[in-house]
This record gives sequence, structure tokens and C-alpha cells, in this order.
Amino acid sequence: MSTTTEAPLVRPGVGRGLADVFRDRYLLRLLVGKELKIRYRGSALGLLWSYVKPGVQFVVFYIAMGKFLQLEKATENYAVYLFSGIVLVNFFGEALSNGARSIVYNAGLIKKIYLPREMFPVASVWVSGVHFIPQVAVLLVGCFVAGWRPDWISLLAAVGGFLIIAMFALGLALLFSAINVFFRDVENIVDLLLMVATWASPVMYKWDMVQKVVGDFWFTVYQINPLTVAVELFHRAFWAPTTPGDFSVYSPPNLLTLWLPFGLVISAAVLLLGQLTFRRVEHRFAQEL
Amino acid sequence: MTSTPVAVEIRSISKQFILRHSRSIKEAVVWLAQGRRKDLSNRFHALKDITLDIAQGETVALLGLNGSGKSTLLKHISGVMTPDEGTVRTRGRVAGLIEVGAGFHPDLSGRDNVFLNGAILGMTEQQLKERFESIVEFAEIEQFIDTEVKFYSSGMYLRLAFSVAVHSDPEVFLVDEILAVGDEPFQRKCLEKIGELVDAGQTLVVVSHDLELVQRVCRRGIVLEHGNVVFDGDVSEAVSVVRSR
Repeated sequence: MSTTTEAPLVRPGVGRGLADVFRDRYLLRLLVGKELKIRYRGSALGLLWSYVKPGVQFVVFYIAMGKFLQLEKATENYAVYLFSGIVLVNFFGEALSNGARSIVYNAGLIKKIYLPREMFPVASVWVSGVHFIPQVAVLLVGCFVAGWRPDWISLLAAVGGFLIIAMFALGLALLFSAINVFFRDVENIVDLLLMVATWASPVMYKWDMVQKVVGDFWFTVYQINPLTVAVELFHRAFWAPTTPGDFSVYSPPNLLTLWLPFGLVISAAVLLLGQLTFRRVEHRFAQEL
Repeated sequence: MTSTPVAVEIRSISKQFILRHSRSIKEAVVWLAQGRRKDLSNRFHALKDITLDIAQGETVALLGLNGSGKSTLLKHISGVMTPDEGTVRTRGRVAGLIEVGAGFHPDLSGRDNVFLNGAILGMTEQQLKERFESIVEFAEIEQFIDTEVKFYSSGMYLRLAFSVAVHSDPEVFLVDEILAVGDEPFQRKCLEKIGELVDAGQTLVVVSHDLELVQRVCRRGIVLEHGNVVFDGDVSEAVSVVRSR
């Protein structure tokens, strides 16, 4: 080989997966920026809508669920309880449903120009993360109104819960977006999963209700779901500190010592599985789309 | 090896396309339940055992009738597709105009699209900032740069897309059928720009049906037919091979 050349010969179209996405953060940032701009194009309030919608949702919960249905009697600050779970499920739902569609949606680009294809699911999850911020802001307002007294464990639980969901959603988004290229049924499966997700984690009800009905074994199975762990972590972070007295009793046993690390491990495993599946089939995207 | 290093090295690549009939799990399950009786898919050889080298600074035209595999070959060079057998290796960044404005978003302004498209073609933030003025100037759309691209005429759209691609300055520049569009003066301007790049030692791979134009831009012609290379040599001879088919 000649000595005058700088770059080595490499095989085009063979990337390093997620590592490539984070090497090209500039493009990722532009793709995320594009999605955010498009979302509120032509609307007068723009990004303000991201605050208005969850704000109204919270007020509706407070009045309809807390006051009319009187769920406040069984669960103190039920609106905060409900909302701290809902924001996570919203984040998960948006990340997963947009992420799963991202490859097919960007078919035009993927068929024409090579770029790390993981870019699209990652951008979808990132965009959902940006939309998550106003919801947390509304939640925090609700918390302070309800007399929130956070401790350092609140911060740990919030960060842990977010990380679990972010990794879990990205892993599933990679997996489903890749399969969606071959079987468009996946979009419906994802919609179904998301419908179940809200009820398969303690968002509307309390975890001990599940334990009473199904027993310890199935409750353990129930807790393996990273959504359950993350939702309980968010309850620990946002809702529990608004209740008077010793609030550590509200969390399921070993939440921080066992289930937090366990949830992180499960989510990381799903992320790995998603990435491996994605890489196995991505070379066929251009011809299948 | 010759003194000029290779930019693209293609070693006996083959590509089969599976024309899948089924698009749903239901049909796949039925097919499995029936004991995989009939083949769910048709196979079709798009490229058959192709080997070639493109040296740095070469200008190559891929010619052939529709369905001969030339665009597929170009996609293998760009990395959009990977071969079933054999290897493709390239040196440096490979980019170009595969389709006018792939990656342009109609709801974004021209400015946003320049940055987005430029980054998609592999330019860094630094490079884009440096070249932005020049990109806009070449496209001749200064006064519309902050207008959403959906309001552009097709000519403006094309000019901006071409301008971004030509400024992306990759080591290997790919062009697929772009030069067929655009009005006469702009086409001339594009050809001049490509000529400049070629003089500066740019490697160029063009897919086109416009045989006249190809002869002006390229020196080497490769003729494909049913996924095979049937001619590889001087571009004017290649053109006469295509014409005789």
C-alpha cells in the first residue's frame, strides 16, 4: 500500500452501534432539535404546550380522582401519587412508540445515505426525555404545594428511576424498531404493550394491593418489571416525602438496596439485547424498507 | 499496487435481493403452519461476483440499463447496503448526492436544513459554520435561507441540496442521477464545480443515464448488465457499449 494516504481502508456501512451515535453527538443534537422544532411548528404557544398539557392533566386528576372518586381518603395526596407514576409511564410510552417507528419513519434517509442507524431510536428517546422535563416541573409544583420534604434518597431514587426507564425504553426501541422493518405488526404490539404497561405497574393503585391478591411469589415476578421498580422509585422520590410522619413504610421492601440495582441490571440487559438484535439485522434495512 | 492508492476496493461482491411477499406475522405463521411449503420469497441477483478498484482521483461512471445493478453498486460503496459475499472497503469519507434532498425536512428553514443535511453527510459543526456562507452563495438563495423549505421551488430545493453535498468535501464523492435535473445555467455551474473538484483530485463515482454528460465528467466507464460488469475502460467506449445494447 502507498504511504501517501492518511486514512485506512475500512468497510463502509459497518459501524460500532451505539458508540458511533455518541461519537457523532452533533448530528444527534441536530436530529433532536429537528424533532422538537417540528412538534410545535406553526403554534403560537410553542413549547409552552408541553407545560400546559401535563398541568391540566394534573388538575383533572386532583379534582376527579382525588375529590370526586375520593381516592384521597385511602391515599394521601393521591394526585401527586398518581402523577409521579404517570410522568414516567408517559416518558416510557412516548420514547418506545416513537422509537419503535423511527427506522421505518426515516426509511427515505436510511435507504439513501449511510449513518449510524441507531441514531434514530436514540434521538426518539432523547426527544421524549426533553418532553419529560416540563412534566417533572409540573410534578414538582404539585409536590411543593402538597408539602414536599425531600431527602437525599429522593434524589437518588429519582435519578435511578429515570435511568431504569431510559435504558429500558431505548433497549426496547432498538429491538422493536429493527423488527418493525420486517413486520409492521410491531407498531400494534407496541401500542398494546403500552396499554398494559400503565396497569402492570403501580401507577393507579398501590403495590401492597397486588401483594395481597397474588401472594409473594407472583409479587416478586411483578417487581421484576423495571417499570414497577421505576414507578416505586418515583413514588419514593416525589410522593412519599409529601406524606406526614415516617414515609419509608410506603415503599416495597428492599426497594433501594435490592430492586434499584436489580432494575438497572435488567434495563441494561434489555438495552444490550436491543443493541445486539439491531446490529444483527441492520444490514438488511436498506433493502427491506 | 500502482503509485496512486485505491479509494474504493471491491472484492468479488454478490448481492441477492429477497422479494418478500409477506409483510405480516399472520402470513408468516400460516406459512410455518403449512410446513413452509412454498417459498415465501423470490430471490433475485442484483450483483454477481463484482471485483474492481477505483483509485484516488479517478472519475468513474457506472452505466447500464434500468435494473442492471448500478445504483445497488453505488449503495454498496456508500455503505447503505452491505454485500452478501465479498468485501467493499473505502478510504476516507464517502458521501454525496444519492437523491436530491434526502434528509431535507420540508418544515424546517433552509438554514436548519443546511446544518442537518451537512451533518448527515458527515460534516462537523466547525466545517459547517465555516462553509455556510459559501453553501448559501452557491445555491443562490440568500434571501430565502430562513424560509421553510416547503415553500421553495423545485429549482431552489435542488440548488440547496446540491450545494450542501458539493461542500461536504468527502474523499469519495458519489452522484446518482442528480445532474439530470435543474435548469441549463445551474447545470453548467454544477458541472464546473464538479470539474473543479476533479481537478483538485477528488474521486468521483457517477450513476447516470445521461450519456453525453457522463462523457464530459468522467474518464472511466463501467458498464453493468444483470449484475455483471460487461465493460470497464475508457468512458467513450463504455458509452458506445451501452448504446449498442
